Amino acid sequence: MAMNDDQSSARTVRLTVNGAKREARASVRTTLADFLRHTLRLTGTHVGCEHGVCGACTVLVDGRSMRSCLMLAVQADGREITTIEGIAPSPDTLHPLQQAFSEHHGLQCGFCTPGMLTTLVELLRDNPQPSEAEVRSAISGNLCRCTGYQGIVDATLAAAKALAASGQRA
Amino acid sequence: MSTTMHASDHKVIGHSVPRLEDPPLLRGVARFVDDIALPGMLQMAFVRSPHAHARINSIDKSAALALPGVHAVFTLDDFRPYIRDPLIRTALPSPSFKESRHRPLLADREAVYVGEAVAVVVADDRYIAEDAVALVDIDWDPLPAAADVRSALAPDAPVAHGDAKHNVAAEFTFDFGDIDSAFGAAKHTFSGTWSMHRGVGQPIECRGVVANYDELDDKLTLWSSTQTPHAGKRQLCALLGRSDHAVRVVTPDVGGGFGPKLVFYCEEAVAALAAMLLRRAVKWIEDRREHFLSTTQERDEIWEASIALDADARILGIRAKLMHDNGAYMVRGVNVPYGAASTLPLAYLVPALKVDVLAVTTNKVPVTPIRGAGKPQGVLVMERLLDTAADGLGLDRAEIRGRNLVPRAMIPYQTPLKTRGGMTVVLDSGDYPAAQAAAMEKAGWATFRARQAEARAAGRYIGLGIANYVEGTGRGPYEPVSVKVGEDGRILVACSGAAIGQSTKTMLAQIVAEQLGHDLSNISVITGDTAATDLGQGTFNSRLTVVAGPTAHAAAVKVREKALRVAAHLMGVGEQALEIVGRHVRLRGSEEPGLELGAISRAAYGLPGYYLPGGVDPGLSATEMVIINDMTYSNGTGVVEVEVDIETGDVRVERIVMSHDCGTVIHPQAVEGQIIGGLAHGLGNALYERMCYDANAQPTSTTLAEYLIVTATEMPKRIDMIEVPTPTPLNALGVKGVGETGVIPMAAAVASAIEDALSPFAVKITSMPVMPPDIIALITASRQQKAESSA
Repeated sequence: MAMNDDQSSARTVRLTVNGAKREARASVRTTLADFLRHTLRLTGTHVGCEHGVCGACTVLVDGRSMRSCLMLAVQADGREITTIEGIAPSPDTLHPLQQAFSEHHGLQCGFCTPGMLTTLVELLRDNPQPSEAEVRSAISGNLCRCTGYQGIVDATLAAAKALAASGQRA
Repeated sequence: MSTTMHASDHKVIGHSVPRLEDPPLLRGVARFVDDIALPGMLQMAFVRSPHAHARINSIDKSAALALPGVHAVFTLDDFRPYIRDPLIRTALPSPSFKESRHRPLLADREAVYVGEAVAVVVADDRYIAEDAVALVDIDWDPLPAAADVRSALAPDAPVAHGDAKHNVAAEFTFDFGDIDSAFGAAKHTFSGTWSMHRGVGQPIECRGVVANYDELDDKLTLWSSTQTPHAGKRQLCALLGRSDHAVRVVTPDVGGGFGPKLVFYCEEAVAALAAMLLRRAVKWIEDRREHFLSTTQERDEIWEASIALDADARILGIRAKLMHDNGAYMVRGVNVPYGAASTLPLAYLVPALKVDVLAVTTNKVPVTPIRGAGKPQGVLVMERLLDTAADGLGLDRAEIRGRNLVPRAMIPYQTPLKTRGGMTVVLDSGDYPAAQAAAMEKAGWATFRARQAEARAAGRYIGLGIANYVEGTGRGPYEPVSVKVGEDGRILVACSGAAIGQSTKTMLAQIVAEQLGHDLSNISVITGDTAATDLGQGTFNSRLTVVAGPTAHAAAVKVREKALRVAAHLMGVGEQALEIVGRHVRLRGSEEPGLELGAISRAAYGLPGYYLPGGVDPGLSATEMVIINDMTYSNGTGVVEVEVDIETGDVRVERIVMSHDCGTVIHPQAVEGQIIGGLAHGLGNALYERMCYDANAQPTSTTLAEYLIVTATEMPKRIDMIEVPTPTPLNALGVKGVGETGVIPMAAAVASAIEDALSPFAVKITSMPVMPPDIIALITASRQQKAESSA
């Protein structure tokens, strides 16, 4: 969806996205998901249900996982947002979680992947050595129709191990 | 026919190589349809019927048109001058049709299901478009609805379409053998009625389309989240009276297909028309509510079935009546009930079969295939019949199956069945008894009764269920693939079929790399773009690996032969002395780099006035269209262990064992991923997913909070997959389809497991999905019956 250009109800939203300061006008009713995708053109965040169930639109807001479809752009004013585009440390290197997703077939169509990755980055940051049950519980608010979740769970446990071995934090 | 290759001969095929698809998806830079933004692009939102059945007296667009930011509101009348036909004709032909109700582009005088599109708003953005949708004023006369299969067949039932005489969409009998003699000679007969719910495809990405008209080139381009771009192009050409070269349809990255993205939809046609009429790019992205209301659904079937057995519990015949909910229109023909009826007997020796099929028109979303396409229903009925018979005869449920499975020695087995296209169904490969034995052994079938008794003593109700399946995969007749080595030495593979998340690009790249240097990083793949390939059937029926795979192989072999011939000419050696290693052709065993593929491609281009090197055709490329008529049959056995909480009715799937045979495996990880994903979908069909309607066919489950998809916490921790591979002789690679495998036996196996867990209550699971209130009702009824009989 494009931005509503009704300027009477528009506000300037200033926020940090993936480490970069951004500023743009947003109608007060524009969701954060639409603002990220269509105003800032960060289309890696996906919209799956727009009622907060599927989790595809999950981003990190000040480090916490949030549904960007249930949040308004104006509510993100002054916040720090991390999206899937901001997870890899560099253009040549994947985050260990991304690497593990590839190695363990944690994605098929990849549409739920942005929400899975942001959710799991938060999990591994807060709980670097989760049990399988904890991983399953962490992504229980993220729907995937392709994988049956097995590859995602395997990838997360492998990423936790890789992170621990390298002494990195998620 | 070339001889079948074996996985062990391969360097790339059969290995879980890193997927080509992954890097952009993992970084968030892939391109799904809603990621496309064109200059000046407008957004569409649809006005949809709030009634299951209603007459449209008038449509007043004035208030919507007056809203700032609205560019147009179109109804069918606005489009009539620009279209050849107001109907979208997508049904595969069948002599069984009693009514041919094709979907209109937009509902005109009558709407026949909740969610049917009536008008479209085009506006600056989606928010404004949706505001304007609420301002389109339609004068409706609600009419009685044909709400479900049974009531729609009643003599005084309301008709789903105002001018219809009845609600029978199609009627046919699917039969072979002498069914009356079979039942006449039977020692035992068993019967039952089984039904399966109406489900929704639910890819995480809904449908969507972007349309753009380039006036300079007179070219219409559509990017659509479709499984069948070539079919979409043909529809648009026919609808708009445009030439083949004046329309391009592209399937970008797709966030899951699962069947419903297979058919062409009115929204795609409307987007094309709006883009042409407004001379602006337009976009429509389906929201989840619209997905519940307007994307095709499947599986609502009621079966009344009987089985005739001899004294040794060998099947003599099966007789059934199938009532299939076809929804409001005939969108794909009768392929779903045909698939259900023809799958039913496949795994077993069934001498006589008679299935009377009624496809019924109802005031609900039209029905087309969802992953499995009728096969889960056919398997459910067959396996329920066998369980019922086993219980009635006091036989082990696996034992009765073992006595009736098609034995290995009879393969290839020419069945009395025909496909919908009239080809004989030949079970080309497979070892069904071995598949069942492997699954049983892994699941601990032999020792389960002791475990169950122990659990029961502790007040726990555990059960084991089993289901066999044989599925036709790889429907023909062709899917073109071209392979080209560019002048820079990179290899481009183009395939007509759309990639919808099943690792198609990786699969094609592996097959091509096997012939052309084994270097996957040197291969790019284009799928689902009508500008890249001519003709194409699309992605459905577990067909791409089976049909496009061997086609890619054939094209790659040709390019390989050509490359070697040109190189032999340039190097002055025999072709036999050469091999392709990475991006070079070199002398076998030599450490010298040899000739770059790019140099060979440049040479094969030719020079004005000179002979082509080695006398080859120009260009280092080949396009193949291997014709594959006969389907190849995958098979397997699902064993499910459940625990049922008799106080809450909760069913916990503890473990799934799945033996399967998809022949040669191209990418083991991707095959496992397809199966597990299918299992999750099948568990949803068995336990969670129910698309609810009220008595007036008004949908009552229109969010993902009401319609439950399996999450990570419902999936069992223990999933065991056992390959029992028998490569098919029908194609050069020995591959069989696997994309629908997981979903097919699950409902049957779960029903079997629940009955087993609750055997002290002697419950009969007859309707899927079975949910906690259903379990409680069954247990309560059983206790009451027991109390009454003992009173």
